[in-house]
Amino acid sequence: MDQKHIINATVENQPAVLSRIVGLFSGRGYNIETLNVGPCADPRFSRMTITVPGDEHVLEQVTKQLNKLVDVVKVVDLTTEKHIARELVLVEVGAPRQKRPEVLGIAEIFGAKVVGVRETTLTMQFVGREDQVDDFLRLLRPYTIINLARSGLLAVVKGE
Amino acid sequence: MKNESKADHGPAKAEPARVAPRTGARVVVEGLERLGVETVFAYPGGAILDVFDELARSEGLHLILPRHEQGGSHMADAYARATGKPGVCIVTSGPGATNIVTGLATANMDGIPMVAFTGQVSTKAVGNDAFQEADTCGITRPITKHNYFVRDVNDLPRIIVEAFHIATTGKPGPVLVDLPKDVQIGKTSVPFPEKFDRVGYKPSYEGHPKMLARLAQLVNTSNKPLIYAGGGVRSAGAVKELAELAHKANIPVATTLMGLGVFPESDPLSLHMIGMHGLIAANKALDACDVLLAIGARFDDRVTGKVSEFAPHARIVHIDVDPTSISKSVRCDLPVVGDIKPVLRDLLPQVNKADHAAWVAECQQWKKEDPFSWDESPSGAIMPQSVLATVDRLTKGDVIVATDVGQNQMWSCQFFTHEKPRNFLSSGGLGTMGFGLPAAIGAQLGRPGELVVCVTGDGGFQMNAQELVVAVEHKLPIKVVILNNTYLGNVRQWQDMMYRGVHSMTHLAQAGRMRQERIEPDPELPAYLPDFVKLAEAHGAKARRVSDPKDVEPALKEAFADPHVWVLEFIVEPEADITPMIPPGKTLKDLIRKFK
Repeated sequence: MDQKHIINATVENQPAVLSRIVGLFSGRGYNIETLNVGPCADPRFSRMTITVPGDEHVLEQVTKQLNKLVDVVKVVDLTTEKHIARELVLVEVGAPRQKRPEVLGIAEIFGAKVVGVRETTLTMQFVGREDQVDDFLRLLRPYTIINLARSGLLAVVKGE
Repeated sequence: MKNESKADHGPAKAEPARVAPRTGARVVVEGLERLGVETVFAYPGGAILDVFDELARSEGLHLILPRHEQGGSHMADAYARATGKPGVCIVTSGPGATNIVTGLATANMDGIPMVAFTGQVSTKAVGNDAFQEADTCGITRPITKHNYFVRDVNDLPRIIVEAFHIATTGKPGPVLVDLPKDVQIGKTSVPFPEKFDRVGYKPSYEGHPKMLARLAQLVNTSNKPLIYAGGGVRSAGAVKELAELAHKANIPVATTLMGLGVFPESDPLSLHMIGMHGLIAANKALDACDVLLAIGARFDDRVTGKVSEFAPHARIVHIDVDPTSISKSVRCDLPVVGDIKPVLRDLLPQVNKADHAAWVAECQQWKKEDPFSWDESPSGAIMPQSVLATVDRLTKGDVIVATDVGQNQMWSCQFFTHEKPRNFLSSGGLGTMGFGLPAAIGAQLGRPGELVVCVTGDGGFQMNAQELVVAVEHKLPIKVVILNNTYLGNVRQWQDMMYRGVHSMTHLAQAGRMRQERIEPDPELPAYLPDFVKLAEAHGAKARRVSDPKDVEPALKEAFADPHVWVLEFIVEPEADITPMIPPGKTLKDLIRKFK
């Protein structure tokens, strides 16, 4: 059964570690849906959050192949653990004066923040679960989306 | 500021020991000497000159100049296969580095410890499309176990220690170190670290005790157990333990191509090689066994055929140091990840003595029914198989065989009695043509005094023929057996079997080439080019062409008794096929015993 998995990989901050990981995925025919990298609390290491579509067999191989890389310290499939996953989206929508209250109403429902205003557009920032981001964007679709940037998922084990 | 903060956080860490400053180039050579490297395969060029200048000062190293970097990389690889010690090659940037790509990929597929140093343009020039610049680390990332672009000369002592550690531990493999010009020139006082320390690299050693207990129970309750042993047994040095296990519980043993020699084939329990061109008995045993013990093997498609019908009645147990090889292609019921030697050592006392008499008798009967064999040539030509069977008979298993790829390789698998590990050197995973000749040279350098025979074809020999001069100038008395069938024989065989007999680009004689090649044979020239005897003689080797079956044995005896490099060209039956064969992706039911 195809399912989306969220993998957290702790990697040593070595040169080219990102290309090693991306190369592993493309070379072995695995897909990456989203990928995020940032420093860990210990600056010698970085944390990657990678979402990977695939069945259990694919995931097992991905996890093992990642672990085999010298620069990779730890790999956790968060899908099998309690975890918190969030995505950030920045979206600019067409909101001329007469539509602006409607758009602000949607923002309020979702708890999105307005971070930019022009005469005819609004730019909003929203952080939430992936499905909430999807819902938010679906409701905004009638208002002409001018600019959109999604971060992809970031995730941590619950209680970590 | 700095001192204060130290005071705040307790006593300062001891300053790391420092040594007299030396250049990066010097560090490389010092590293090789410290780590016990004896032989280095090195081809110079602009971006690696500083290292070569230091090599010229070395007292201990034996330097070998191949005639093409690819040849050098295969020599280093085969030196490692034959000795167990890491093979080392040093080449320049750009084309030097890209020329060893095939060598690295060959070693990577077969898990061979190798360390390659490549020159690189100066760190300041990197990325500017400088002369002889290539992104060596980018190119070699998927075909090495690990690689390093050295940015700072102070990192170099650590990187060299790491490179050799990574290459030789866990599942061994090639590691590449890319050395920019300014790193070679730059100076450092950082000493070599005493031990390896990387949090991300800790190959498992001992197998999990619970898994081992379950494994033993499975073996103890099986009626038809079969061991399927691969090259991992040789890498782990677990040949003795494997034999003990097989003998204690009387379990038949089949090996992969990479595993040939890890279990002596003269042993009644040996079922020789498994897979596409393996012994029928081995494949029948695989089909019938109830427990399959895969040890240091990776379920390659040339072994499994159709994956869904692989070992259909068996519980599959897999012992391997590489977790990624577990359940990669074939679902495994019981994995044990660990170094094969300690795993088998721990397993042995838990396995009960058994005789499995009926099963072993059945396997031996299969062996009797279908030995490897060949039909004589209708035209009375030399049969290629007979040449190898004669070499085997004359050497009695006491020979290092380096093969090329294709029919010569498969017949070498079939017609040699593989008795010892590290005596059969062949590009298993990647299937690299042109491997044989440089491999024979690398092996002879690592094991002087032993008989090294290169078995090759007329196609493969031409891919690295230039290396013959290395054997001659170093007085390495290798014996090259060219089986000249005027074809790229294995591909020709597949074309006959699967492509209506259309020999697209597989014929190498001058006459009878396909229309699109537009080759008109010249009556002034020999029917086959090149003339291998003249070619060998031009390189300073002794050579003889043999086309009469009664001359095969005398020619081999003459060459084996002589201390020179010999090239023996055997004009063999042009269209002999490798049999038996389980076609790719098929099962034992589709076995082809004879074709044509």
